[in-house]
Amino acid sequence: MFNSFFYELKDGGVPVSIKEYLTLLEAMKAGCANYSIDDFYFLARSTFVKDEKNLDKFDRIFGKVFEGVEFIGDDVAEIPKEWLEKLAELYLSKEEMEEIKSLGSWDEIMETLKKRLEEQQERHQGGNKWIGTAGKSPFGAYGYNPEGVRIGQDKGRHGRAIKVWDKREYKNLDDSVELGTRNIKVALRKLRQFAREGEASELDLDNTIRSTAHKGYLDIKMVPERHNAVKVLLFLDVGGSMDPHIKVCEELFSAAKSEFKHLEFFYFHNCLYEKVWKENSRRFNDFLSTLDVMHTYPHDYKVIFVGDASMSPYEITYPGGSVEHWNEESGEVWMRRLTDVYSRAVWLNPIPEQHWTYSQSIQIMKSLMEDRMFPLTVGGIDRAMRELRR
Amino acid sequence: MKFAGTDNYVATDDLKVAVNAAATLRRPLLIKGEPGTGKTVLAKEVADAFGCELIEWHIKSTTKAQQGLYEYDAVSRLRDSQLGDEKVKDIRNYIKKGKLWEAFTSEKTPVLLIDEIDKADIEFPNDLLLELDRMEFHVYETGETVKAKNRPIVIITSNNEKELPDAFLRRCFFHFIKFPDPETMKDIIAVHYPDIQQALVREALNIFFDMREVPGLKKKPSTSELLDWLKLLMAEDLPLDVLKSKDPSKLIPPLHGALLKNEQDVHLFERLAFMNRRQGA
Repeated sequence: MFNSFFYELKDGGVPVSIKEYLTLLEAMKAGCANYSIDDFYFLARSTFVKDEKNLDKFDRIFGKVFEGVEFIGDDVAEIPKEWLEKLAELYLSKEEMEEIKSLGSWDEIMETLKKRLEEQQERHQGGNKWIGTAGKSPFGAYGYNPEGVRIGQDKGRHGRAIKVWDKREYKNLDDSVELGTRNIKVALRKLRQFAREGEASELDLDNTIRSTAHKGYLDIKMVPERHNAVKVLLFLDVGGSMDPHIKVCEELFSAAKSEFKHLEFFYFHNCLYEKVWKENSRRFNDFLSTLDVMHTYPHDYKVIFVGDASMSPYEITYPGGSVEHWNEESGEVWMRRLTDVYSRAVWLNPIPEQHWTYSQSIQIMKSLMEDRMFPLTVGGIDRAMRELRR
Repeated sequence: MKFAGTDNYVATDDLKVAVNAAATLRRPLLIKGEPGTGKTVLAKEVADAFGCELIEWHIKSTTKAQQGLYEYDAVSRLRDSQLGDEKVKDIRNYIKKGKLWEAFTSEKTPVLLIDEIDKADIEFPNDLLLELDRMEFHVYETGETVKAKNRPIVIITSNNEKELPDAFLRRCFFHFIKFPDPETMKDIIAVHYPDIQQALVREALNIFFDMREVPGLKKKPSTSELLDWLKLLMAEDLPLDVLKSKDPSKLIPPLHGALLKNEQDVHLFERLAFMNRRQGA
């Protein structure tokens, strides 16, 4: 029945399954949608969308499929004037007609009405027939012909001036948009592994008692200690071209801090060289050697870089390329050293992914990271975390 | 049986459709949303509206799926056996029913609330898949199968602390309670404090929504906090112009403790107030 809608959703990246589709049909059969497009929209939404990040995608696709946007062509049928007038009579009381007339020229209003009706007719073509009572008037079939008569009124008959799905209220929750503190936390939680590592080390009291009672003799049960095993080194790019992104980075950082048991953070500028620092205000006199960092933290730490990687390519590839100081060895060498030690590393980039190809330095950095560069969006972090967890 | 909100709960249209679909098909309804937007209260209101019993199962980080079905108290049985108690012969004396069992065997259709499912272990939802789908489970100790007499209406809330497994999500209806817009908020207040002055509400709402706009707040005030705050304002009987004053030096609203819940946010506000004052001078 709604096959095309289902496939549009699937193609549009909303994770839907046959089971959900069947559920929707079952609910339709049980009369949950009550033959109104709004109810159908709500029902379809609560059946197909299981995560608020997909709500916006769903709204867009729903709008596309059920508004018949793709059907708008040039050859729009001419609508006889009498029909319009008749319709207006149908919907408007005498007083309202007077009121409308006082607001502007009748022709103008008729023109608007006509446009609205054309829209309405196209919606028929767009495959909305399921809702129609069919057969009375080419326009009024839905009992949902509101726009045409809403001229001059500030609230529509249906109490709604815009379609709910056209409002796109869930835009912020889409995971391909930029981050807020809240959605970033969700993504970072993916890093949290309750990995039970190593030997069984803790007495499992409940299980021991249960097992002992079952068997009738003392049977000691052990479990591995449970802790958040994720250890992270965070490298943040500060200064220069990163300044507009600092806020996003700090949000990421504030979210990250509560998330891991071991989290060490370091600042660098543009590209990683032989030194990093812990406090940005004292970057020139209180720094750590990158080698020391690599020697201090074991190789099972996971490394996250946050930076825009936007700089002159020389800053990465040549010794002495740094804009701030003379570096004996090139940034490339240092990046390789670090990624050799820490096999689990990702780079998060606040620059939108589609712009990456235009920047040479981003390309270089991306290949240095063996393609493990992700955009700083919830979706990107999700991918990054999955990469780290593998 | 249709849910249409109650005297003390304002349900939006989309929420009504979701609840009704879940109630009709008896599939679980998963509710997400900002804290304080009335996720848990919903279950209570649905139960009231349908005239059903409400069975609440609050999930903690240590909760196991099995506890919702039943628990076998082997320790008591061992002790009883040593004392030679007659009870010991029947294993059923040592099986404690869980919330799901309770819901399945209830005479009338109950509403089962599984609150904050994301608090539990990551495997928790997976362990309940079959039970929630077929509404039946097997008791190994006695060999009986518990099957729901009336499929309960299951409402599950989540605070999004963990991703829920896909297989689980596929079996649920989903609703995201978005933060109410100012209009809905007025309805909500009217439902809770019918005699509050219109003017007070308007000013309070302005302040409240302005406050939510302030960037960098750690915890944005939510509906339940607004309601608390209004209650305080009413109790204190503050003159209306205290709220109305646009004087920058009084940027911090009276009784802000009800709205701002951590000291960083209060500091942030004070700093903003200070900066405003300097600009004003």
